[in-house]
Amino acid sequence: MSDHFDAIVVGAGPSGNAAAYVMAKAGLNVLQIDRGEYPGSKNVQGAILYADALERIIPDFRDSAPLERHVIEQRFWMLSERSHTGAQYRSDDFNEEKPNRYTILRAQFDKWFSRQVRAAGAILITETTVKDLIKTESGKVIGVVTDRDGGKIHADIVVLAEGVNGMVGQRAGLRPEIKANHVALAVKETHFLPEETVRERFNLAGEDDGVVIEVLGSVSSGMVGTGFLYTNKESISIGVGCLLADFAETRIAPYALLDKFKSHPSVAPLLKGSEMKEYVAHLIPEGGYDAIPRLTGDGWLIVGDAGQFVNAVHREGSNLAMTSGRLAAETIIQLRAEGKQPTEENLKLYRDKLADSFVMKDLKKYRKVPHLLEKNRQFFNIYPAALNRAMQAMLRVDGTDKRSKEAEAMRDLKRARGGWWRVATDLFKFARAWR
Amino acid sequence: MTDKKPETASPKMEERLYQNRYLVDEGNPHVTIHPQPGGDSPALQSLTQICPAGCYRTGETGRVEVVADGCMECGSCRILCQATGEIEWSYPRGGYGILFKFG
Repeated sequence: MSDHFDAIVVGAGPSGNAAAYVMAKAGLNVLQIDRGEYPGSKNVQGAILYADALERIIPDFRDSAPLERHVIEQRFWMLSERSHTGAQYRSDDFNEEKPNRYTILRAQFDKWFSRQVRAAGAILITETTVKDLIKTESGKVIGVVTDRDGGKIHADIVVLAEGVNGMVGQRAGLRPEIKANHVALAVKETHFLPEETVRERFNLAGEDDGVVIEVLGSVSSGMVGTGFLYTNKESISIGVGCLLADFAETRIAPYALLDKFKSHPSVAPLLKGSEMKEYVAHLIPEGGYDAIPRLTGDGWLIVGDAGQFVNAVHREGSNLAMTSGRLAAETIIQLRAEGKQPTEENLKLYRDKLADSFVMKDLKKYRKVPHLLEKNRQFFNIYPAALNRAMQAMLRVDGTDKRSKEAEAMRDLKRARGGWWRVATDLFKFARAWR
Repeated sequence: MTDKKPETASPKMEERLYQNRYLVDEGNPHVTIHPQPGGDSPALQSLTQICPAGCYRTGETGRVEVVADGCMECGSCRILCQATGEIEWSYPRGGYGILFKFG
């Protein structure tokens, strides 16, 4: 192995693989380093794959990628202790030739993506942890230090695709430590069921059709958080994630929250008889635009979760990761073609490309939402509960007239939130943060 | 190098983690506690309840102890205790630690 590369990519998740693939495809001499036994063995996601971001990198990925089901229906649930009020969107249009969203199992998907990266010409070394960066006296990054003997490797540029809990950038002082209110701690279980049972329970005609359920309300026990349930081919991914700072404050055990979600009367029938085969935990960067660290410097740049590229409002992350990886690679390729060094100044090109893409546009659009939710727990407890009470009152036929029921539902909401002024303020704040 | 399932105090957690694959780096724990003279911080104490792998518990001396064999490397404890300096955290050596089958 050469000891100097055009680029070193730290990490083999979606952002690292996207970056390494695009650079290798363009003929760059790329080294990728992952600490897992195989790419994906350390990686966790819900997991939804957004086709567009990957299609821009590997147009024919559908021919060989391990995809579970394509999503034809999305449900949104407002959960209370014993009920849920839901909205759902299902469309046969999603049964298109090239579906838009898929459920995946990340360990398998990452392994596949990594094979494409190597086929494109990148060199991958696994079971190797990058300990630090090599810097010149002027602070320019010129390589990495690994935990292997004589593990120093040099490169023109280092792409940090090391994930939310990546420590290389932090140790090297390139990005600040993560704050406990900027990350969600999520736990998830993978429950196996026969393929036919999954289809029957979710009313799916096509063999590969899938449903996702996103859940707000009592699932987070008053914390800022959400739950989810995704259908895979022969399994169901079910999880819940809340702000780490909230877990620390409430001291609610994440797995207790998950157990409660699993035993909820709306959820339990969907999981009945399933066999749990994996339990995982992971942090999700949810601080949004204001939590994004410095993204470039002399000889380095940051992609994916390490850059906080997650749109928590729309539950998108892997597409932001892959897009940032691709844009980073295209930047590096372009600078080389123009004979320019990857200096902080020249890497502005990457920041410009990001700013011009949906990645930054979306994060910027919702920049006020994380702060809003953190300061307004009523969106997670009071409103979902009141909505469910109102629904039950209206639907339960008991001789009370409807006008009285409406009046009581309104009084209940007013009581729960402590006045109409507060309800109006909440609506206004929410609308403003969303805009 | 052994392919070992972790043991924890809670039988329920044990059952949960039993499904996971680990390659434990014997004698090389990647998480250690540096007890502070003034007692354990609320952040460190919270880990006995909120560590998703149940790695933390209160020992006989009343101080928080860690057995990181079942660790899923989420980093929650590292982030919560970064201010108090009670936890030294690094990733396990390359190849060791949790091995996700599905992720």
